[in-house]
Amino acid sequence: MALKPAQKALGPIRRSFAPWLDPSAVPLIRFENVTKRFGDFVAVDDISLDIHQREFFALLGPSGCGKTTLMRMLAGFEEPTSGRVTLGGKDLAGMPPYRRPVNMMFQSYALFPHMSVEQNVAFGLKQDGLPKTEIAERVTEMLKLVKLESFASRKPHQLSGGQRQRVALARAVAKRPKVLLLDEPLGALDKKLREETQFELMDLQMELGLTFLIVTHDQEEAMTVADRIAVMNHGKLVQVATPGDIYEQPNSRYVADFIGDINILEAKVAGAGPAGLSLAVKDPAAPITVAAPEARPADGAEVAFAIRPEKMRIAIEPPPADAVNVLKGEVWDIAYFGDWTKFLVKLEGSDTIMRVSRANATRTESAPIAWDDKVHVWFAPDAGVLLTA
Amino acid sequence: MTKGLSTVNVAALTLGFAFLYLPIVILVLYSFNDSQLVTVWGGFSTRWYVSLLHNEQLLEAAWVTVRLGLLSATVATVLGTLAAVTLTRMGRFRGRTLFSGMVYAPLVMPEVITGLSMLLLFVAIGLDRGFLTVTIAHVTFSMCFVAVVVQSRLVSFDRSLEEAAMDLGCPPFRTFFVVTLPIILPAVVSGWMLAFTLSIDDLVISQFTTGPGATTLPMRIYSSVRLGVKPEINAVCSILIGLVTIGVIAASIATKRAENERLKAERAAAAGR
Repeated sequence: MALKPAQKALGPIRRSFAPWLDPSAVPLIRFENVTKRFGDFVAVDDISLDIHQREFFALLGPSGCGKTTLMRMLAGFEEPTSGRVTLGGKDLAGMPPYRRPVNMMFQSYALFPHMSVEQNVAFGLKQDGLPKTEIAERVTEMLKLVKLESFASRKPHQLSGGQRQRVALARAVAKRPKVLLLDEPLGALDKKLREETQFELMDLQMELGLTFLIVTHDQEEAMTVADRIAVMNHGKLVQVATPGDIYEQPNSRYVADFIGDINILEAKVAGAGPAGLSLAVKDPAAPITVAAPEARPADGAEVAFAIRPEKMRIAIEPPPADAVNVLKGEVWDIAYFGDWTKFLVKLEGSDTIMRVSRANATRTESAPIAWDDKVHVWFAPDAGVLLTA
Repeated sequence: MTKGLSTVNVAALTLGFAFLYLPIVILVLYSFNDSQLVTVWGGFSTRWYVSLLHNEQLLEAAWVTVRLGLLSATVATVLGTLAAVTLTRMGRFRGRTLFSGMVYAPLVMPEVITGLSMLLLFVAIGLDRGFLTVTIAHVTFSMCFVAVVVQSRLVSFDRSLEEAAMDLGCPPFRTFFVVTLPIILPAVVSGWMLAFTLSIDDLVISQFTTGPGATTLPMRIYSSVRLGVKPEINAVCSILIGLVTIGVIAASIATKRAENERLKAERAAAAGR
């Protein structure tokens, strides 16, 4: 019962959508130096953040990082201890949740158990005092949107998890809010349904032209749905960027480690190298050469070199002569995922384990890499990033 | 392991039920006794039920009891629900435990003390004892029972339901009536029924706080029994037992039916996904 809107040419819109790069663009939502304390606990610590109209924005972080509190301040369930939250240029301070032009989809869905699907979806419209015929029209439209027309008179407990999730979604968008807040919206669904729903959410957002703010601890989910992601930790924003930048250009060890799989090698800057910068890796003691970042760290500075498993090559035979960064090791463990195989390689003369993955582009291999094989691992100078934080 | 009923089991069951129900059965049987004497069987008759209809005093007392029960249970339900909502909702503050303990104190307070203290209060403020004072006294002791019942439901109440209502534009006051109250209604109703039952059969507190013109049925029964049990009293009691039994059975059938329907619906939903 998948929700599949008619295929539209959304590609060009998606590709060119980047209002955060435009200095003249006026953001829809602004958090200005927002701090929220609960007693001694600082849930949100001096956060400033702009979210633009029609953006699909994700707040990503482990539980307790303050992402939900930040969202609840926009919904009006929490007031900031200090700082300002504005929506369309209007300060939201002191405005109760029932007057704010934002709607929220709750983690537990929070469907009213004593009302039918129809009544649940109509609830918000009724509060606005819309005429009955218009309410009925909008409810029908919403139920059609989430493909639940035939379930209108059911009660929430007569629905499956996926159906409940869609009722909650229909109820939250029925009022056409300026911003739709989604609090871990897909957490209760199983993996397959979750993936399907992620794409449905994206299409729905484009179709309705609304601004979506999603809170999630699932990095894959954030990467899939969002235009931009804010990675949070201990009440602070660590990095705000597009999914691609978050993955390929993490600004700190925390982000690099939190998103996806990565190898982090502690190193010291040794000086200029053939490809830009020469690093002395500490364990195993080996020189590598990497592309110099824009802000070149001073010689002798402590840095970390982070490289994703899929950006490295692995083979039993020696690499081509022009390969620069070659490390030797022994296959410690192999994880076969079908589309990918991940090798854990214990580097020579060290306990460091490198994770190297390889796409299984062919079905069979003449000489597959097996456990305990001596292998070569190599990567290009620009395959990884230099982290100073 | 033996299945079924062994002799010992049957004996134990019989004894147990006899212990519980024999007095009641005897009371009901003797209400159909033709004899003037309560303890001597004189043949079957419904004459005491008929004479009951002409006993103005008993009918009057019954009417007072019903009015008192309806009124005090309703007021106690409103106050008790408010207390429960406040107790669950308000944050932690100094003396919260003491405060919530104080709401429950009448639960364990000996009735004599509650009755006496109410009496002293009414005398002190110069309130004439009558229907009003009994009602106040009944509200006082039954509202804490309502509070307990409602609070136990509120503890498991998902607050995001209220947040969702407010998020959709419903002010807090209306949210209580359109979302919170309908969901906790079963608890509120059972609180009301408990309060009504407690009020109907209360003797001690009524005795202390009543005045002229507000004699309740238990008081009337008690005072007439002191002059010797009349078969009429048996008839009244049988009617009361009948009413209570019907009420209890109806309530449990309704609960059972609702539960079955819910289960059926849930199974249908699980199968249909």
